[in-house]
Amino acid sequence: MDFFLFQIFPYIAIAVFALGSILRFDRDPYSWRSKSSQLLRKKQLIIGSVLFHLGILTILAGHAVGLLTPISVFDALGVSHGFKQILAMSAGGIAGVFCLVGLLMLLHRRLFDERIRATSSFSDISVLVLLLAQLLLGLYTITVSMHHLDGHEMVKFMEWAQHIATFRGGAHEYLVDVAMVFKLHITLGMFILFVWPFTRLVHVFSAPFGFVFRPYQVVRKREV
Amino acid sequence: MKIRAQIGMVLNLDKCIGCHTCSVTCKNVWTSREGMEYAWFNNVETKPGVGFPKEWENQKKWNGGWHRGKNGKIHPKQGGRWRILAKIFGNPDMPEIDDYYEPFTFDYDHLQNAKESKAQPTARPRSLVSGKRMEKIEWGPNWEEILGTEFEHRRKDYNFKGMEEEMYGEFENTFMMYLPRLCEHCLNPTCVASCPSGSIYKREEDGVVLVDQDKCRGWRMCVSGCPYKKIYYNWKSGKAEKCTLCYPRLENGEPTVCSETCVGRIRYLGVMLYDADRIEEAASVENEEDLYEAQCDIFMDPHDPEVIGQARKDGIPENWITGAQDSPIYKMAMEWKVALPLHPEYRTLPMVWYIPPLSPVQSAMESGKLPLTDNGIMPDLDKMRIPVKYLANLLTAGKEEPVELALKRMMAMRQYMRGVLIEGDPNLNILKDVGLTEELVKDMYKILALANYEDRYVIPTGHREETLDAYGESGSCGFSFGNGCSSHSNSDLEMFENPKSWRGRSASGKDNRVNTLFTQGKTSTSGGCGSGGCGCK
Repeated sequence: MDFFLFQIFPYIAIAVFALGSILRFDRDPYSWRSKSSQLLRKKQLIIGSVLFHLGILTILAGHAVGLLTPISVFDALGVSHGFKQILAMSAGGIAGVFCLVGLLMLLHRRLFDERIRATSSFSDISVLVLLLAQLLLGLYTITVSMHHLDGHEMVKFMEWAQHIATFRGGAHEYLVDVAMVFKLHITLGMFILFVWPFTRLVHVFSAPFGFVFRPYQVVRKREV
Repeated sequence: MKIRAQIGMVLNLDKCIGCHTCSVTCKNVWTSREGMEYAWFNNVETKPGVGFPKEWENQKKWNGGWHRGKNGKIHPKQGGRWRILAKIFGNPDMPEIDDYYEPFTFDYDHLQNAKESKAQPTARPRSLVSGKRMEKIEWGPNWEEILGTEFEHRRKDYNFKGMEEEMYGEFENTFMMYLPRLCEHCLNPTCVASCPSGSIYKREEDGVVLVDQDKCRGWRMCVSGCPYKKIYYNWKSGKAEKCTLCYPRLENGEPTVCSETCVGRIRYLGVMLYDADRIEEAASVENEEDLYEAQCDIFMDPHDPEVIGQARKDGIPENWITGAQDSPIYKMAMEWKVALPLHPEYRTLPMVWYIPPLSPVQSAMESGKLPLTDNGIMPDLDKMRIPVKYLANLLTAGKEEPVELALKRMMAMRQYMRGVLIEGDPNLNILKDVGLTEELVKDMYKILALANYEDRYVIPTGHREETLDAYGESGSCGFSFGNGCSSHSNSDLEMFENPKSWRGRSASGKDNRVNTLFTQGKTSTSGGCGSGGCGCK
């Protein structure tokens, strides 16, 4: 089971994530949007959405840097595992609380506001529920991590992620004896990647940084 | 100098009867879809009133349009690029649907299916968003029709700026006018400038501002950027939509639907040539009152040989140059100076202009109720029912002289023609007073009063033949939303090897089938059309 979940499924999930997103962008660009519901109800959205997005972007950045940076880089920089563990727990914890408050506001609004509920699709609601479950699992791992502040458990996840990322076998072996909550968190994370292209989450790819560099006016010329 | 052409519109408010035919025909053609029920690309407001959406003119509230900074540069009032991005998770400047109105229908079925009862069955309202019963309808797209609602609400009208609006709430001093509104297809649009995805664009050939539905990601900054609130967020599709100036009709030389169906014949369409290099300069002048003149300054005289030469160099087709020479818009805005822009102080350089309405003066004048000026012919503008200041706040950022000139010229035309047609003794002094000649005023009369179809709409056809060999389009699918017709690709990379069509290829072998609109980069090689309009990408 561990072999499937932590060695096979990640590749399936990433493949679906990448290919599905490319295909959707290519074949159905009209469906590619952030699906904002602000027009229908501003209340709760602005605070909730800002908290949620800032929180989750911080968490994502933390995961990416924390898991995928080779351990030797941290060693070279003189960052001890224990320090990194505590940094991850505290920064991740604070961002997680931001994200949780925002997410709860968004979910409350989506479920109990008549207009928003009526115009929500199955995927709109389930995405929020999935993210909430994942966030709660993530926050719960902090309490587990309290028991091994030296960071040796965290190194296992780094090894696992880096093995997956570099297509090396034996990745799953690092996770054999980690706490259940971590296993759930990772599995659910992979599942979120798996459903990603079929939800509104694709709007993450369209973060419009190019806007900063373009002139204000856009005029399209006719080709001759 | 870089000359570009723009289709402009003028609405003669003096003749608008507020029948809403423009709004209804537009809605039937463009926005009778789920998610767009609340959207009116064209709507008619009764002024004074807060309008649709509520208080759209109050930019202190909505932050639409441009702001001129201390350094003399302009940036969108809602913020520069970084600030716009910072608002992307929640846009505080965007109206909520209740600021427009919650769209509704009525339970008509109940009228037929109700059980027998003592009371007449009624059809009660139901929300088109949530599907739930609406006990009371609080607001609608035209709630203030003919001064509906109490004055306490309507006095928030931004055009009362610098006026004692109190007195216009009194029955004796009440006044009203109609204001049909649509997208201004601005020369310096804030919606385009605010779009993080870069999906909104202005067409080079005719200046129509469009939203590329495939590129729009629903960041909704255009909605708040547009000071006229003429970009609507489709809550169903999650995309922004706006007035297209009926470009498929324009390309065929036909007027927009709102113009075509206007029973009062108040609408005019025509070409304006302008200097695209001076847009920013014109939009950045320091004093708001000078913006109207600044915009006039960048309009080019289509009869000037130098301008014609430059226009040819800049690739403007011959029929567009002659179109500009015959343009009723140029005559009204530049030669007669009777048409004025709507809220030039937003610095967007709008291209839908208005002829200010005369108050109903003739009968009042004849019964001696209206004081006349010294010459005993023209009524005193200060005593007109619609205050000049109000019109100036609406049309010239508060500068009264252009409004006065326009009103005087309109009145002079009436007096002169009355002299010609009824009294047989035209008074030429009236014309001299307002700087018109007999020739000009006869032209004015022909275009403004008779308003024949061919005088109102001088629309040169587009030149699709330059970009599109239509043969390959035959039998293909037309306008559709979503991935309605297959064989569509958003990228240059063709993933699924669409069946190639050899029909409709130009002699050079270049496949230009997909390019029914405009492309920014290379022509895509995939055929057919797809989401949100044929292959616009």
